[in-house]
Amino acid sequence: MTTAAVEQAAPLRSDMMRGFRAVAPLLPGVIPFAMVTGAAAAESGLPLAHSLTISWAVFAGASQLTMLALLEHDAPVLIVMLTALVVNLRFMMYSAALAPHFKGLPRGRKALFSYLLTDQAYLLSLPELAGAEKTRGMRFYMGVAATLWVVWQLGCTLGVLLGHGLPPHWRLEFAVPLSFLALLVPALKTRPALAAAAVSGIAMLWTHRAPAHLGMIIACLLGVLTGVVLERRRT
Amino acid sequence: MNTSPAMLWLTIFGVGLGTFALRASCIMLLDKFEQPPWMEAALRYVPPAVLAAIISSSLFIEGEVVRVDVSDPRLAAAACAAVVAWLTRSLFFTIAAGMVVLWLLQALWGMA
Repeated sequence: MTTAAVEQAAPLRSDMMRGFRAVAPLLPGVIPFAMVTGAAAAESGLPLAHSLTISWAVFAGASQLTMLALLEHDAPVLIVMLTALVVNLRFMMYSAALAPHFKGLPRGRKALFSYLLTDQAYLLSLPELAGAEKTRGMRFYMGVAATLWVVWQLGCTLGVLLGHGLPPHWRLEFAVPLSFLALLVPALKTRPALAAAAVSGIAMLWTHRAPAHLGMIIACLLGVLTGVVLERRRT
Repeated sequence: MNTSPAMLWLTIFGVGLGTFALRASCIMLLDKFEQPPWMEAALRYVPPAVLAAIISSSLFIEGEVVRVDVSDPRLAAAACAAVVAWLTRSLFFTIAAGMVVLWLLQALWGMA
C-alpha cells in the first residue's frame, strides 16, 4: 500500500487518539486546577446542586472562579454575569480563528465543537486544523476537547465532593501556567510574534487594574495590534 | 452567600449561555464570511498574545498586586521550563522540568 492509502485506511479512532496523546501532558495540571475550582464552589457557600452544575454549564475555570469570588461578596447578579463574560471574551477570538476550519459543517456539530472550546483545545488543534486533511484535524480537535471536558467534570466534581483540592504545598496548579509556557515558546517563531507576546505580557502588569477583569483582553488586543503592525512594517 | 438559589441558577445558566454564545459566535455565524487579510493576520498573533497575558498574570499578579519577586521559586522554575521548552519543544518535559525545579527549590529553601 502507498503511504496515502495507508493514511486513508487509518481507523477513525487514531486521530482522536493523537488528540488525546497531545493533551495528556497537560492533564496533571488541569486535574488539580479543576479540583481547586470545584472545592472553591463548595467552600463559597454555593449549594451542592449549583456547584455540580457550574462546571458543565459554564465550563471555563477562570470565569468560574471569578463568579464564585463575586458571589461570595454578594455582588449583584448582573455584575457577576457581565464580569464572567468579560473574562471569557478570549473565546470569541478562538471562535474567529477556528471558524474557517469548521465551515460547512452541520449546525449540531458546530455547536458541539463550540461548546467544547477551551484554551488548550484551540492552542493544540490550530496547527492540525490548518493542515490539508480537515476531517483528521476535526477528530484531533475532538480528541483534545472531549478529553478536557471529561477531565474537567471529574476534577470539579471531585473537588466539590471532597471540599478541597490536592495538598496545596505540592503546587500542582503551577503545571497550568507551565503548560501555557510550553505552548508559548514554540509559538515565538517570528519577531512580530515575539513582540506581540512581550507587549501583551508586559501590558498585563498595568492593564490588570482595569475594572471588571477587562485587563486581559486589553493586553491581548495590544499584543495582537503590535504583531500586526510589525508584520505590516516588514512587507 | 446571600443570593437566592433561584438567582444563582439564573447567574450560572446566564453565564453558561453567554459563554457558549462567545464560543459559538464566529464558528456558527460566520459561515458565508470570507476572512479579510487583516483579520487573518490579527488571528495569527492571538496565541502568543493570549499565552503571554495568561502566563504574566499567573506569575506576576496576585489579586490586585503586581509581584515581580526574583526570589519566588516559581519564576526560577518557569525560567528553567522555558529553556527546556526551547530545547525540546516537548510539553511533557517542559512541565516536568518546571515542577521538578519548583519542588527542588521548595525543598532546599523551605519556601512555599
